[in-house]
Amino acid sequence: MTELYTLTIHEAGELLRQRKISSVELTRAHLDRIRALDDKVKAFTLVTDDLAMMQAEEADRRFSSGATVSPLTGIPLAIKDVICTKDITTTCSSNMLKNFKPPFDATVMERLNAAGVVMLGKTNMDEFAMGSSTEHSAFFPTHNPWDLERAPGGSSGGSAAAVAAGMAMGALGSDTGGSIRQPAALSNVVGLKPTYGRVSRFGLVAFASSLDQIGPFARDARDAALILQAIAGFDPRDSTSSPEPVPDFSASLNDSIKGLRIGVPEEYWVDGTQPGVVKAVRDDIEKLREMGAEVSEVSLPHTKYGVAAYYIIAPAEASANLARYDGVKYGYSYRDTNDIWELLEKTREYGFGPEVKRRIMLGTYALSSGYYDAYYKQAEKVRTLITEDFTRAFERFDVLVSPASPSVAFKIGEISDPYEMYLQDVFTIPANLAGICGVSVPGGFSNGLPVGLQLLGNFFAEDLILRVAAAFEHVTAYHTCWPKAV
Amino acid sequence: MIDRETVKHVAKLARLGLTEEEVDVFASQLSVILENIAKLQEVDVSGVSPTAHASRLSNIMRADIPQPCYPPEVLLANAPEQEDNYLKVPPVLEES
Repeated sequence: MTELYTLTIHEAGELLRQRKISSVELTRAHLDRIRALDDKVKAFTLVTDDLAMMQAEEADRRFSSGATVSPLTGIPLAIKDVICTKDITTTCSSNMLKNFKPPFDATVMERLNAAGVVMLGKTNMDEFAMGSSTEHSAFFPTHNPWDLERAPGGSSGGSAAAVAAGMAMGALGSDTGGSIRQPAALSNVVGLKPTYGRVSRFGLVAFASSLDQIGPFARDARDAALILQAIAGFDPRDSTSSPEPVPDFSASLNDSIKGLRIGVPEEYWVDGTQPGVVKAVRDDIEKLREMGAEVSEVSLPHTKYGVAAYYIIAPAEASANLARYDGVKYGYSYRDTNDIWELLEKTREYGFGPEVKRRIMLGTYALSSGYYDAYYKQAEKVRTLITEDFTRAFERFDVLVSPASPSVAFKIGEISDPYEMYLQDVFTIPANLAGICGVSVPGGFSNGLPVGLQLLGNFFAEDLILRVAAAFEHVTAYHTCWPKAV
Repeated sequence: MIDRETVKHVAKLARLGLTEEEVDVFASQLSVILENIAKLQEVDVSGVSPTAHASRLSNIMRADIPQPCYPPEVLLANAPEQEDNYLKVPPVLEES
């Protein structure tokens, strides 16, 4: 018999609805897998076994009583520890929130709970989602299931590693500059950043509010579509969530991509991208052409300013968002003083790790008197130009393709220079600045390590990029490869 | 170039305590990052309006109807220190 942890969500859903397996069995298989592997992978900050078994039993009751079920009923998922879960610690992998238990569920959690999902636990991340390797977790780094000496990417590295290793059938992550797509690429799973506004941010601990989006990790495009379906749509509690109607993301997954216009941005082939990544993605693009897509080059001339604009805008927003961690309302608090200012400064000195401090400093500097116009205002204008590049490109193309990351998984500790780490997101950042959607799908291997193919779509064109992803998977089957290290 | 004095000034603005060692490290790291970011200045942005967010929505209004809110005990459950349903902090204004 096939091991239950190797099933996709849609396969397991079929078996659950036919009552051939139970959610309790499925959940137990994943909890066993976590027990066997997570000492090595370290994907989870918290495993919620008791809750998971309770939810699995509840799901089985729904199946046996004939109550309404959804495609996610009884499916065990993992949740990035930046998403608020009622009465369950939500740490952001930070000492600041080590003991924080939110009094409410994020909107995405309310929706998953209503769908009957089983929550396996909360996943490790770079502290406050700032990083590209999960090494900036205040607790421990996560290891890549493809090579345990390497990082799974980040910041949603725990979610990516959990799905890659069969410790969860899917997961939620968050993507501010690539934090879903880059770890998906490095871990050989599918990771989708929805259009800004597609998914409610209510209950997502804020990093950079104009860029943050919650999205799914899964082992194929169809599963990603199912998770996105459950969490997408307008939410009155997030005024930036969009009233745009939510289509059936699974409806066109079997359609051919013949005649689809696919653009290859010429600026995305920069020096510094590893030759093995370039080769794999060039081969992927050739496959898309063979499948009948009309492939040609397109120019996004402001691409090279993306990282620079992002590292003004995101830290500026972060420095404002993280001002709330003052040791007064919740979270870590330094109390060994009678001076309120010392309480504030020491709380933040001891509560935040180095990358978070670096970004608060950078953002505060960019917003400070005398620098605001030169840095922040200038970056916001460049953001407009980057958005207009995409607007022009999508007049001629349905989907754009590129590598998701300039390198395969790197060794833990290998990248020590902060700016070099920032360049990990060179291909993913522009989509966040513009607000468009993007997905990374398994795109082959370089020296045995996964390479991600990024598909970018226009505003609210998730259905289209998922359709290309599904067609690509059908031909290549890279997504069916399992890591040997675990 | 970011010097130690600038680092200390910015840290003060952010109410962020730093060790002497961190002041040195950030002075050099922030300098490198800002050098790389400086290429933003070469972009011609004349006539370009700034983008503050990507939602392309404006002024989403809701009806002004009171909604139930959490009881104080729930909201204070994570508070470091509290007294009589208030957050407790050291004095902000001293009596003179």
